[in-house]
Amino acid sequence: MSRAFSSEVDAGSREENASKQESEVPFRFNRNGASRDYDVAVVGGGLLGSAIAWGLGRLGKSVAVLDEGDITKRASRANFALVWVQSKGLGMPAYTVWTVQASQAWSRLAAELKQQTGLDVALQQNGGFHLTLGEDEFGQRTELVKRMHNQAGAADYKMEMLPASEVKKALPLIGPEVSGGSFCPLDGHVNSLRTFRAFHTGFKAFGIDYLPERPVSAISKSGGEFRLTTPKGELRASKVVLAAGNANQTLAPMVGLYAPMGPTRGQIVVTERTMPFLPHPLTTIRQTDEGTVMIGDSKEDELDDRALKHSVSAVMADRAQRMFPHLARLNVVRSWAGIRVMPQDGFPIYDQSETHPGAFVACCHSGVTLASNHTFEIARMVAQGALEPELVGAFSASRFGAGAANTSGY
Amino acid sequence: MFKRSEQDKRPPVQIFVDGTAITARQGDTVSAALLASSRDVRRSTAVSGAPRLPYCMMGVCFDCLVTIDGVGNRQGCLVPVAEGMRIEIQKGKREIGK
Amino acid sequence: MTMAPKREAYDVVVVGAGPAGLAAAATSAEAGLLTLLLDENIGPGGQVYRAIASTPVTERNQLGADYWVGADLVQALRTSDAEIIQRATVWSLDRNLEIAVSVGGASAFVKARRVILATGALERPFPIPGWTLPGVMTAGAAQTMLKSSALVPDGRTVIAGQGPLLWLLAAQILRLGGRIDRILDTTERGNYFAALPHVFAFLTSPYFAKGLAMMREVRAKVQVVSGVTELAASGDGQLASVNYVAGGKRETTPADLLLLHQGVVPNVNLAMAAGIEHRWDDLQLCWSPVLDASGNSSVAGIAIAGDGAGIGGAGAAVVRGRIAARAAVEALAPAVAAKLTPMAALRADLAKAERGRIFLDTLFRPAPQFRIPSGDTIVCRCEEVTAKDILDAVAIGATGPNQLKAYRRTGMGPCQGRLCGLTVTELMAQARAKSPQEIGYYRLRAPVKPITLAELAAVPKTEADVKAVVRG
Repeated sequence: MSRAFSSEVDAGSREENASKQESEVPFRFNRNGASRDYDVAVVGGGLLGSAIAWGLGRLGKSVAVLDEGDITKRASRANFALVWVQSKGLGMPAYTVWTVQASQAWSRLAAELKQQTGLDVALQQNGGFHLTLGEDEFGQRTELVKRMHNQAGAADYKMEMLPASEVKKALPLIGPEVSGGSFCPLDGHVNSLRTFRAFHTGFKAFGIDYLPERPVSAISKSGGEFRLTTPKGELRASKVVLAAGNANQTLAPMVGLYAPMGPTRGQIVVTERTMPFLPHPLTTIRQTDEGTVMIGDSKEDELDDRALKHSVSAVMADRAQRMFPHLARLNVVRSWAGIRVMPQDGFPIYDQSETHPGAFVACCHSGVTLASNHTFEIARMVAQGALEPELVGAFSASRFGAGAANTSGY
Repeated sequence: MFKRSEQDKRPPVQIFVDGTAITARQGDTVSAALLASSRDVRRSTAVSGAPRLPYCMMGVCFDCLVTIDGVGNRQGCLVPVAEGMRIEIQKGKREIGK
Repeated sequence: MTMAPKREAYDVVVVGAGPAGLAAAATSAEAGLLTLLLDENIGPGGQVYRAIASTPVTERNQLGADYWVGADLVQALRTSDAEIIQRATVWSLDRNLEIAVSVGGASAFVKARRVILATGALERPFPIPGWTLPGVMTAGAAQTMLKSSALVPDGRTVIAGQGPLLWLLAAQILRLGGRIDRILDTTERGNYFAALPHVFAFLTSPYFAKGLAMMREVRAKVQVVSGVTELAASGDGQLASVNYVAGGKRETTPADLLLLHQGVVPNVNLAMAAGIEHRWDDLQLCWSPVLDASGNSSVAGIAIAGDGAGIGGAGAAVVRGRIAARAAVEALAPAVAAKLTPMAALRADLAKAERGRIFLDTLFRPAPQFRIPSGDTIVCRCEEVTAKDILDAVAIGATGPNQLKAYRRTGMGPCQGRLCGLTVTELMAQARAKSPQEIGYYRLRAPVKPITLAELAAVPKTEADVKAVVRG
């Protein structure tokens, strides 16, 4: 069954394709294992890959999302769900600008997801705190805020230090050890698991093929087409977006790209549901719309996400109960470790291949915060075939120096 | 729903359920005492507010959650009654400070 | 007895004071090994010997001779040097054999040279429409109240399901003067034929005569409806009636209490969180740990005994406990091992105790409609997720329980999947035309039972731990 390149297909007929598809075989692999063609193959079905894929589907592109299975390292299932601005971008002003833009575009993303899927992702952007315990921490945070403000070119994101008495007005349940904290009115949080579900739910309406249990082992390009090897057959697409988290490090060189990663482990503790008590999210404590309290987070070199270090969770728990003494009596129902997707210098990587035109790489730590940019901006640029230097030029892997020789450095 | 067998000769223990005195027996769990009390001891869930009573009585289902002596979300089926114990039937999510 | 462990390290730590744990701890301690037994309940006995040391039921024949076997096991343990802590909840066990246990609201950490998990079984989920209604409980729950508080049903009571425990419970309720209006037997008719090849072993097993006598005793007093193929509880905020189909005929019976039972399955949470490999058991329809003949698991130093090792019943659990303990003695004190009952004799005892088990497993294999619900029937009781919700998640790409968790929060509540895990696996397997083994299970982690934040906060921490968290 042949099918027009969907760059020529508008959004209206895409929906028709979607409904046809349901009655067909679930995936577009033909009998000899080769696939029909897609405009774009997105490698990675986590929040980042899903945001880009959904954004491409929104533009009427035919998209396949290749993902791993049930048990794999998934930051999308392990994250802390902040939509966060404060303290992002020290050392790279462009990252601040990019983050502020994402924060501002999030309400549009939430609204579009709601409209399409009926799912409320519980976006709340009424400002967020970073609380400090004791005078030393307050002093250190004050220094950081100063450095942020002094950074040339950094967007004005209104981060300010507040004494404990001011913090208490917004967060009445803080304990006596809280010395104050920084506040940024742009900060917020979202239900990231529901966002993840909303993207995947939305795939259907856009006719996007979500293909799990298909880790990509090889990518080649011939005849103007990318061929992606998976255990369930080969898939072809005009473009490819690598959005496989830390695995981008091994995938990128297959298409002449470079993505040096430096993953770390983070632990999170979550309590049973309790009545709402926390009107603003904190860097380390947030109450979900369901009522559970999430307490984060550690940064460890250990990369085994099955193991847990209780003594590290203990530090998190201890700090949480010092910030909000009433939390001490709550029950912890789960804790987990996740592996952070982390480019080596901590800033996002968005790049396009010079040797393999049509190949893009995208990876970043803040897949929740930046989801709106991935949906609206990265998807748009991938669709048009080129990244825009004025928007994301700073994030090229060429910044890593010699190792990045193969990237365009646009 | 349940009644006590006549051969039960354990000494009585007085507990308070939402302020009302109830006679339990030494060795009862909180959940058993509540179910034996013939009062309406249904809690409501933290998710939808649906009414529930204990289901497994062996510590695995968490449908016996109850506030005991001011501490919320205790597994009533694992806690033995004690003289003067104050029980509150929980409605919805655990309250702040409980 | 609610006290923290006396030491920081033990030769053998046994988790669970049911038949397997009692036998294992006694064997280990009698051999001179430093032994700690940790148990979550108020007193020893596990589920089968629940309240064995405190039951108000004084007329011994009412509970049956099999129950009182537990008293001898407790006696043997108490005369040994084993340290026993009740109301002790083990919330973490790792590959280094470090155990975190919560006692009286505070956690202690102990290290073991050998761990024997005897965490037993729990009742298989019975996800029928209305199973979350107040007034619907497990048969085991009623039996727990009967043994520990001499409480028996006195409203309109229906017992539904199948398996030996169901008949035992019914007999006990009747002996104590309780009320049962009707028993709805859900045993599939086809199972009788499937079980036939194993009938000889069963006829010569201890189950047979006892089982037959008990069924006769109950049938003399209670209306028993066989061949029930559909079952639902209904009521507005409280059970009002039980609806069922038997022999193609739909019936409704008013009820205040519905007791459900369709067998027991291993309680795997602690073992899985410790990283022990499990496989799907196609006969018993549950996850069972992969073990060698001495009960050793895939994690060095951890053995599993009793029903947590695969359902075998109380008699087999006792022997498995002794086998696991003997293996620990062989490893830690080989000279003493020679004085214990030889392993060959224990294995012969086990074969005898397990006789007839395949017949029972085959006969009482629950029917698919009682394991794999549909539509609005709740699967995850904690997060109130329905069968339809789960099928919707499969339709958008959930391949297994963990992706489902991300989409729908199944298994994320306080019970941590104990009441929904098997249903989720089987439901997804059916929806995806895969085997349960391929679908897999929730990835479980500590704490396997909730602990307070204060308790977690009190865990000793190093400067490095603080640095991993406090970062400007």
